[in-house]
Amino acid sequence: MDFVAVQFLTGLASACALFLVACGLSIIFGVTRIVNFAHGSFFMVGAYGAYSLSGALMPLLGGLGFWLALPLAALGVGLLGALVEVAVLRRLYRSHELFQLLATFGLVLVIKDAALITWGPQDLLGPRAPGAAGAVTVLGEQIPEYDLVLIALGPLVLAGLWLLFHRTRWGVLVRAATQDREMVGALGVDQKKLFTGVVFLGSALAGLGGAVQIPREAANLNMDLNIIAEVFAVTVVGGMGSIAGPFLAALLVAQLNAFGILILPEISIVLLFLVMAVVLVLRPQGLLGRKELAGSATHGAPESPLRPEGWTLGLIGLAVLLALAALPLVAGGYQLSVASEILIFALFAASLQFIMGVGGMISFGHAAYLGLGAYAVALSVTHWHAPMTGALALAPVAGALGALVFGWFCVRLSGVYLAMLTLAFAQIAWAVAFQWVGLTGGDNGLLGIWPAAWASAPAAFYWLTLGLVAAAVLLLRRIVFAPFGYGLRASRDSTLRAEAVGIHTRRQRWYGFTLAGAFAGLAGGLYAFAKGSVFPEVLSIPMSLDALVMVLLGGVQTLAGPLVGAAVFDGLQTWLMSETDYWRAIVGAGVVALCVAFPRGLVGNLRALQESRRDTPAVSEEGASG
Amino acid sequence: MLSVRALEVLYGRAQVLFGVGFDVPGGQVTALMGRNGAGKSTTLKALMGLVPPASGEIRLDGRRVDGWPPYRIARAGLGYVAEDRRIFPDMTVAENLEVGRRAPADGRAPWTVAEVERLFPNLADLRDRRAGQTSGGEQQMLAVARTLMGNPRLLLLDEPSEGLAPVIVQQMAAAVRALKAGGVTVLLSEQNLRFAGSVADRAVVLEKGAVRFDGAMAALADDPALRHTYLAL
Amino acid sequence: MSRPVLEAENLAKRFGGVRAVDGVSLDLAAGEVLAMIGPNGAGKSTCFNLLNGQERADAGQVRLAGREITGLPPRTVWRLGIGRTFQVAAVFASMSVAETVQVALLSHDRQLWRPWRRANRYRRERARALLAQVGMDWAAERTCGTLAYGDVKRVELAVALANDPRVLLMDEPTAGMAPAERGQLMALTQEIARARGIAVLFTEHDMDVVFGHADRVVVLHQGRVLARGTPQAVRAEPEVQRVYLGAPASTEPTAC
Repeated sequence: MDFVAVQFLTGLASACALFLVACGLSIIFGVTRIVNFAHGSFFMVGAYGAYSLSGALMPLLGGLGFWLALPLAALGVGLLGALVEVAVLRRLYRSHELFQLLATFGLVLVIKDAALITWGPQDLLGPRAPGAAGAVTVLGEQIPEYDLVLIALGPLVLAGLWLLFHRTRWGVLVRAATQDREMVGALGVDQKKLFTGVVFLGSALAGLGGAVQIPREAANLNMDLNIIAEVFAVTVVGGMGSIAGPFLAALLVAQLNAFGILILPEISIVLLFLVMAVVLVLRPQGLLGRKELAGSATHGAPESPLRPEGWTLGLIGLAVLLALAALPLVAGGYQLSVASEILIFALFAASLQFIMGVGGMISFGHAAYLGLGAYAVALSVTHWHAPMTGALALAPVAGALGALVFGWFCVRLSGVYLAMLTLAFAQIAWAVAFQWVGLTGGDNGLLGIWPAAWASAPAAFYWLTLGLVAAAVLLLRRIVFAPFGYGLRASRDSTLRAEAVGIHTRRQRWYGFTLAGAFAGLAGGLYAFAKGSVFPEVLSIPMSLDALVMVLLGGVQTLAGPLVGAAVFDGLQTWLMSETDYWRAIVGAGVVALCVAFPRGLVGNLRALQESRRDTPAVSEEGASG
Repeated sequence: MLSVRALEVLYGRAQVLFGVGFDVPGGQVTALMGRNGAGKSTTLKALMGLVPPASGEIRLDGRRVDGWPPYRIARAGLGYVAEDRRIFPDMTVAENLEVGRRAPADGRAPWTVAEVERLFPNLADLRDRRAGQTSGGEQQMLAVARTLMGNPRLLLLDEPSEGLAPVIVQQMAAAVRALKAGGVTVLLSEQNLRFAGSVADRAVVLEKGAVRFDGAMAALADDPALRHTYLAL
Repeated sequence: MSRPVLEAENLAKRFGGVRAVDGVSLDLAAGEVLAMIGPNGAGKSTCFNLLNGQERADAGQVRLAGREITGLPPRTVWRLGIGRTFQVAAVFASMSVAETVQVALLSHDRQLWRPWRRANRYRRERARALLAQVGMDWAAERTCGTLAYGDVKRVELAVALANDPRVLLMDEPTAGMAPAERGQLMALTQEIARARGIAVLFTEHDMDVVFGHADRVVVLHQGRVLARGTPQAVRAEPEVQRVYLGAPASTEPTAC
């Protein structure tokens, strides 16, 4: 019993950092409508900052130096956030939410490499908190004093924020802006200052969350993505845009973690995300969230309807296919393996584009289905010695099954909530692959997955890949213009209208999600054979994000986009990795720049340019009348 | 007080306003009339800086304000009440008024909560009610009251009678006349000739994004041919 | 009057503490056009949502041609023969006008799972004919986004007709339209209703439309039926004038 109480208090203490970060994310989202992926990075910088500051201040001021370092680090991170707002976010407020997410993910990469340059790759454990370094005995068990400090800090910050938002004019303005930003501007409030202020506050909270962790957890370079998945879970469960919601959810989640580890250490993270899934199915807007925010779908409908391409484009496509088929005549083994990889990613990206562009569902966890396909192949080859064709046939089935199960939950949501839930499911898949060492080999992966003899030559494998990818992409395109694709587009364009003409929109979206999972699974199967091995990274957040970058590079609403995007992105990344250690920062900065400069993606922007050259008619609001 | 010259607005590639020009004299109520899609709402949004004009001039007391962000235009003395009201539904009526509160630039006596409640007595009982839980008519009154708290010299009202029950429409008309008596200049967009006729001194008729009539309200109301051509009445 | 196609009995719906709809009964005969009027917040939209299953009633029943349909989801209600248009016209932005109608036909024929055949070749003639019926066949290849608002409303009507409905629910069909267009749309609706024996229920704020095109009128106030009857009878009711129409004299144009 006493042990339970202690575990409970530990859970409460862990909830503090989670609450601070999630609450900051929620506040920023409420006003700017941007889900800040870099929020985990702010948390990480807060920890590193507090480490350095306490190291500098403690020799001068003693114990006070430590306690001073924490708010100073938070302040510094707040300023960093404000800088990011002015330099990047401000230019994205009118962009599609995908580009907002992607740009902030670019920031994650940049900040990670900046931290690597500044603080180096090693973990940095902070000093013990002066004055709270001991332990007190509660119910016969030892509790670190510092945990009690953290337990008190959460409610204090919550109360302070409540006062700020209800008792000050600035707070009332922020709440108003959460509901209707434009109207607040029309009432004479300078939104720019308000937004910068809000991002400062939210970032400072994340920084504080990181700073208070240093006596408990060493600052390290993986803190950013490790916490962001949990923070997404907490914010979504609590309700985006709310403050008390994340507090409740952080308590819930931290307790689940604390007790989950006792009961089933292997799947504690699975438990967390299962709770999240249950909450979202019962209450899609989160515990204390508002419905309108949850439903915020994508801004701006597609500019012009999708059209099947005419003869010219079809011929160009055929020519490209023939040229690709002729590649082994001129390219060597290494180039062919790179080309195979690009083709595989093109299929992966095309399957993502199918649910995003046609189905209107933003997935931040599409790697789950790629990974399921890859692991299906790897497991059937290594454990059951399946032949290549059998294993490869299993890949799309595994991807589809995963998407069928996860999709059942996901299609109940829309907009950013859907995006965050897909990410959470991908994290479950990743956690299982990472923690179930007996089956998957965990971090060591599964090795020795080589193609059958007939497909083992680079050219043969390349041709196999090309054939399967081309067939799959053509099939996907066909489906877009078939009744099934129209049903999906109808559900995306207007759920209300679609339901009112008898379309079971949720089911249509569910099948679409599953179909995309099957194609991603096929890509995963090919990926396993191309690499000869499978690691948990295939299911990780960065892999999902890579696919998003490829789709967005090409343009969400352009069918050829993902193919171009995959070629550009994978080609560039492969080249950069061979050139520099800091390739992440370069890729990240590139992604940020692209999101700011080309809000419709490369192909999308090119097409818009082409169209604006072709005709610029003057259309009245009335148009023609019958 | 306000003068608009050769105003053009485009939404994407579609042009909505084609060289709109008119004046709003101080102390009067001007009605911007026209069918749906004629460009009335777009004109008001452009005046408020909510949609950027592609070309043209907007002058407030001789000073060019086109291209300014909405908050600067608001601070220069324009108040805007949106067609769909756009109150803050999760905040109380009192908090909604607080968001709108801003001291007048020129040292006039500012509007107080008590004064806007005298104009719209229904609001007095609703101070602590969440704005989203009030009726459509009450929301319209709140939207006007909230804008008045910013002490505008020129009030832009976008379709103030749209979607309201006739009794509420009559109350809105009374409020507009009271505002005019209190020295506030009003520019309102309207499709409802009855409402516009009962409050406005002047009328500007838009059709297909251009001005077709600019003159006394009485002249428009008395001319069936004019009404039929541009308002389809 | 013939046997009613649509009957609603004692429908009730609460939101929190507010009784949005509080014991509303109504019936509609084939070919009849019934207008529902009342102040904002009187419960008109909620009533519509209860009739087509968008919201679940707390109490009461809805019957379509004698068959109970209470609590069925909108898509099932649609299949059984209740079409609906929305206050803010809802169409499919990424499709042409003809394709929008074709999707409704595909849905009606339960063909939306098909992954291979080209959707825009499906029953083209039928789609054209439906569009011709509302006078929109000239716009078949245009996208809804490029049409005038009144024309979008017509497309919505064609979509609703694709299912051969027995009942049409139209939520503020003329909102956002010019007065002349309003009359045209409602005259067209009335004509189609008569010709095909469709019962029409619509809400409306424009009294010219209501009194010009409705066979009967029902007035809602605070979730209850305040009055019902012919347009003339309803207009003469003092209670209706007090809570909704306002005093007749002061709404006349006054030139100043």
